[in-house]
Amino acid sequence: MSDIDLSLAAEAPRPLPQLGRQAFEPRALKSGFLTGLTWLAALLAAVPLISVMYLLLVQGGTRLFGADFAEVLTGLPPAGFEMGGGIGPAIVGTLAMVGIASVISIPLGILAAIYLGVLEPNSRMANTSRFLAKVLTGFPSIMAGVFVYAVMVVHWGYSAWAGGVALAVLMLRTVVLAAEEAMAQVPQRMKDAAYGMGCTRTQVIWKVVLPTGMPGILTGVLLAVAGAAGESAPLLFTALFSNYFISQLSEPTASLSILIYNFSGMPFPNQIELAWTASLVLVLIVLVFNILARLIGQPKV
Amino acid sequence: MTKLFDFADSASSVSGPPSSVEYANDRIFRGIAWLSASLIIVLTAYILWEIGREAVPAIGKYGLGFITGTTWNVNKDEFGVLPEIWGTLYSSLLALFLGGIFGIAIAIFLTQDFIHHRLATVFRTVIEMLAAIPSVVFGLWGIFVLIPLLKPGAAWLHEHVGWFPLFSTDLAGPGMAPAALVLAIMILPTVAAISVDAFRRIPYKVKEAAYGMGTTRWEAIIKVMLPTASSGILAALVLGFGRALGETMALAMLIGNANQISLSLFSPANTLASLLASTFPEAGKIEVQALMYAALVLLVITFIVNVAGLAVQQYTIRKFEGKK
Repeated sequence: MSDIDLSLAAEAPRPLPQLGRQAFEPRALKSGFLTGLTWLAALLAAVPLISVMYLLLVQGGTRLFGADFAEVLTGLPPAGFEMGGGIGPAIVGTLAMVGIASVISIPLGILAAIYLGVLEPNSRMANTSRFLAKVLTGFPSIMAGVFVYAVMVVHWGYSAWAGGVALAVLMLRTVVLAAEEAMAQVPQRMKDAAYGMGCTRTQVIWKVVLPTGMPGILTGVLLAVAGAAGESAPLLFTALFSNYFISQLSEPTASLSILIYNFSGMPFPNQIELAWTASLVLVLIVLVFNILARLIGQPKV
Repeated sequence: MTKLFDFADSASSVSGPPSSVEYANDRIFRGIAWLSASLIIVLTAYILWEIGREAVPAIGKYGLGFITGTTWNVNKDEFGVLPEIWGTLYSSLLALFLGGIFGIAIAIFLTQDFIHHRLATVFRTVIEMLAAIPSVVFGLWGIFVLIPLLKPGAAWLHEHVGWFPLFSTDLAGPGMAPAALVLAIMILPTVAAISVDAFRRIPYKVKEAAYGMGTTRWEAIIKVMLPTASSGILAALVLGFGRALGETMALAMLIGNANQISLSLFSPANTLASLLASTFPEAGKIEVQALMYAALVLLVITFIVNVAGLAVQQYTIRKFEGKK
């Protein structure tokens, strides 16, 4: 027997545990404080977006929604102290180069995604391609410009083609990764059912995988287009800039983003106002594609 | 048995073995898909090879001195990118510090039941819209909104705490502070999105267990959720850092393109990407070679950072899903 007196321990008055939430105990205060900070951080993070949108509407809106909107959308960029003018060539140029980039990158991207997502998802080649596509996503976008400069511009000069190819390099990775993700989500059972009917893999892809994965693929494609429309760094020394409408695709081409870049550094209020207008047009184009992508990609109820 | 196959061959059924034409189509189509997938590998290799090839003359001429040199003088043929490397890393680290804090705070805000999940979806869309705004537009916003907004504060700080290295110069216009702030705004969606993903991977049971022990919300977050999501958050930070390193246009418009190394937040500086953006269009043949070398340096830095980030991300996925 030990000499510890058990009865004493049992009889000593024990504090009652307080199981209820204490409003002012330090840990509750700390929790409340941090919760407040988090709310603050979240609200602060929304400030830049609201500020950018507000200024775009105020600074760019006066011109775009004003009386001379036709001139703004179709006119040539003004020179020096000239008043008026517009951003017509830039809009056409941006659309043309995004068009070239889409025509190149979307079919190639979806085909590559078919290989990565459906045909041989776990082969060494698929793993390498997938990894490199992800690495390409992290590459600075200006690298596409440097690359196309070395490959195309050195030989054939600045052109819409070069700008389009640079954008295509950037779009490819987005399209591949998004389309692969969409196709990987097609249930295996649906594919198995088609294989069971004696379909070749190509038939399974065309008749089952592509139609089923289409919303997801379209979302990825639209996001890639939106991203390409807003890019500027790869166009700086591939498409260069031009003050006139393009008559052929093999000459320097204007684009909205380069116009904003050029005009933002000018000392003339008219040019700066046009830079805001061009920003508004660019953001509207990008947002329309973004919202379309979201609507299409929404899961069906 | 023969009857079974007769039936399968007949035109009245949809099922049946593929015809020889269908076999041929299948072969061709799979070949095309294989070619497209291999194109990604070829493209990456071609990009590296092409930029490397263009940079070779400059590498031979300037060697490692290019990385430690501090002058960029076309007339004297002197090229060095140490100020640009410093500017790239400094601006990205500042942006990572700010964007990281806010990005993780937002990820916690969106995943730890602070607001109704429908509202969280709306808020998430707002943050994703932030990612959709083109870089030049942020640049324009920085020039006409952020810089005028920062000027009074910068002047006050310089006047009163000017002895502190961070505030040793005045903000005369473009500079490190506005550039890093805009950069932070631009990487915030990346950090937030990948961190949200990391928090979502934590099984719900873990949170329930923590609350069951009587923790407050923040004890659960700090002691349970953050450590569990730590590798995913690390991946978010590294990939966000990679994004910041390569960002070009907003920086070219805001950082001031000054070839100097300074700790001050308010002095102009330069980054590798904005050096490329601002000098490339008007560069002569020799300068282009030097710029290709600079591009190669940037490429190597971003490559290392991104591969590290992807590796951490892959590790996180493996930890929670136990496969691949």
